[in-house]
Amino acid sequence: MAWFKKDRPTGGDSGKKPKFQEGLWLKCNHCREIIYRKEVERNAKVCPKCEYHFPISVEDRIDLLLDLGTFREWDAELAAADPLHFKDTKRYRDRLLDAQQRTGKKDALITGEGRINGARVVLGVFHFGFMGGSMGSVVGEKVILAADRALRERVPLVLVITSGGARMQEGILSLMQMARTAAAIGRLAEACIPYIAILTDPTFGGVTASFAMLGDVILAEPKALIGFAGPRVIEQTIRQQLPQEFQRAEFLLEHGIIDLIVPRKRLKETLSSIIAFF
Amino acid sequence: MREYLDFEKPLAELEEKLDKLSAAATSRTGAQEDLTKLRARLHQLQTEIYAGLTPWQRTQVARHLQRPSTLDYIGRICDNFVELHGDRAFADDHAIVGGLARMNGRPIVVIGHQKGKTLKERMHRNFGMPNPEGYRKALRLMRLADKFRKPVVTFIDTPGAYPGIGAEERGQAEAIARNLMEMATLKTPIVSVVIGEGGSGGALAIGVADRLLMMQNSVYSVISPEGCAAILWNDAGKAPEAAEALKMTARDLQDLGILDEIIPEPMGGAHRDPMFACDAVKKSIEIHLTALQELPLETLLQQRYDKYRRIGVLAT
Ligand SMILES: [Zn+2]
Repeated sequence: MAWFKKDRPTGGDSGKKPKFQEGLWLKCNHCREIIYRKEVERNAKVCPKCEYHFPISVEDRIDLLLDLGTFREWDAELAAADPLHFKDTKRYRDRLLDAQQRTGKKDALITGEGRINGARVVLGVFHFGFMGGSMGSVVGEKVILAADRALRERVPLVLVITSGGARMQEGILSLMQMARTAAAIGRLAEACIPYIAILTDPTFGGVTASFAMLGDVILAEPKALIGFAGPRVIEQTIRQQLPQEFQRAEFLLEHGIIDLIVPRKRLKETLSSIIAFF
Repeated sequence: MREYLDFEKPLAELEEKLDKLSAAATSRTGAQEDLTKLRARLHQLQTEIYAGLTPWQRTQVARHLQRPSTLDYIGRICDNFVELHGDRAFADDHAIVGGLARMNGRPIVVIGHQKGKTLKERMHRNFGMPNPEGYRKALRLMRLADKFRKPVVTFIDTPGAYPGIGAEERGQAEAIARNLMEMATLKTPIVSVVIGEGGSGGALAIGVADRLLMMQNSVYSVISPEGCAAILWNDAGKAPEAAEALKMTARDLQDLGILDEIIPEPMGGAHRDPMFACDAVKKSIEIHLTALQELPLETLLQQRYDKYRRIGVLAT
């Protein structure tokens, strides 16, 4: 569904992906300034000029949020099938293999449990590098399994999200993941188990329009692009230029759609106080 | 005036001939015989064309401008329809209609996307593409159904949720997500019927149901074939290929275990005989609602949850 339109014809893992380029210098995805790579690394991968938060790896995210060495991964073996025998310019099967080899991960979501300042949480972290963080049967299943564990053990659920939306290569099955993940979050809600969604750059389409927007608390990283329809789809539909900073986290905050923007350096501490409240 | 799709052009010629012949004096010897022959040929041609529809052709039928709309179905299968407007917060979205009605005496809350037929109507209905207030109107009506324990019937027919600036500002994603979650736990039976085009999240937002039914020529997909082709093939002209790959016809969804029933359409599509289509839809809804209303609430909700819990295919 609302994948944003891309420059390159390949599938999920291309196009408008905010890149963390190789080399000594890199260009900020937001302010376009050329910045010294080392300086960004030292700064938790945050642009020193404009506070744009570059994507970070799943491993870095886990280190950032959880107490050292407390993460235990679940359901790591779950992998996608190709029920539609989908083929565009390339077979889905081959795209999956490529993504698996390149990332060393089975699919776009890693889930497990760990501790935040001693408090147990169920944690899920998306990997945009795996077919654009897109949601097919595996991502849907892992969200549900994580929610089920959170429910059974009465532990808060935290999801760190970045995704282009539903995975086209699994067709209607991907669309239905929206319904089933929303249903699982509904069960958590009925049992009064807190669920905190952390939206990072970028989060779009069927993922935003399901569990991402259903957090009891919805946090976002500064300058993250978050929306339902991709900016280019909107531009083509309305045939007007989009306003400055459209669909950035600050724009969503201003329109009352998210609770809070939290800089990366304060994310763990903020999350910890929120969890302690429940 | 009949509107023909590209692949129906051979039918157009034949039907024109038939019309002329039946309008002409029929006293001529052999005229009746010619007519009968022509009708038989037409029927044969129709059967051939419609038996072999490609997914892309079926998409054209599903989007046919003369196809019966939600309000057509409501008008034919419901009594005492009282339309209720607005989301009580921002606006009344004309792309979604809904209200209170009776079907065979049974009180129901009925909701659906509304596309419109003439250009003026379609613009008024935003081509069936709802804004957040449309989904929030639908949710308000569903909560009403929940409160008074009336079953919900929804009709799905949209290219998708509207991709606009205002829609994003008012939380399109949140509106859809909220509906998905609340429909999953709504304490009353829900039957959804895809009558035309099931366009991704914008369709699903009123389509989480105990029973999902599709008209024979309707389609339901995660993304439009054009959108999919533009992204994956980098060429919107590859829409026919994308339609094929996406597995978006009623038969495909049945094979994937998502669908509960395919509702038959008259030869040539629902618009060729709307009464036939409406009556078939009514009959199916009636059967499903009767069965669902007999279930204890807990069973109903558990079955709904389990139904969605099972959807998806993983590598073994
Ligand atoms: Zn910057």
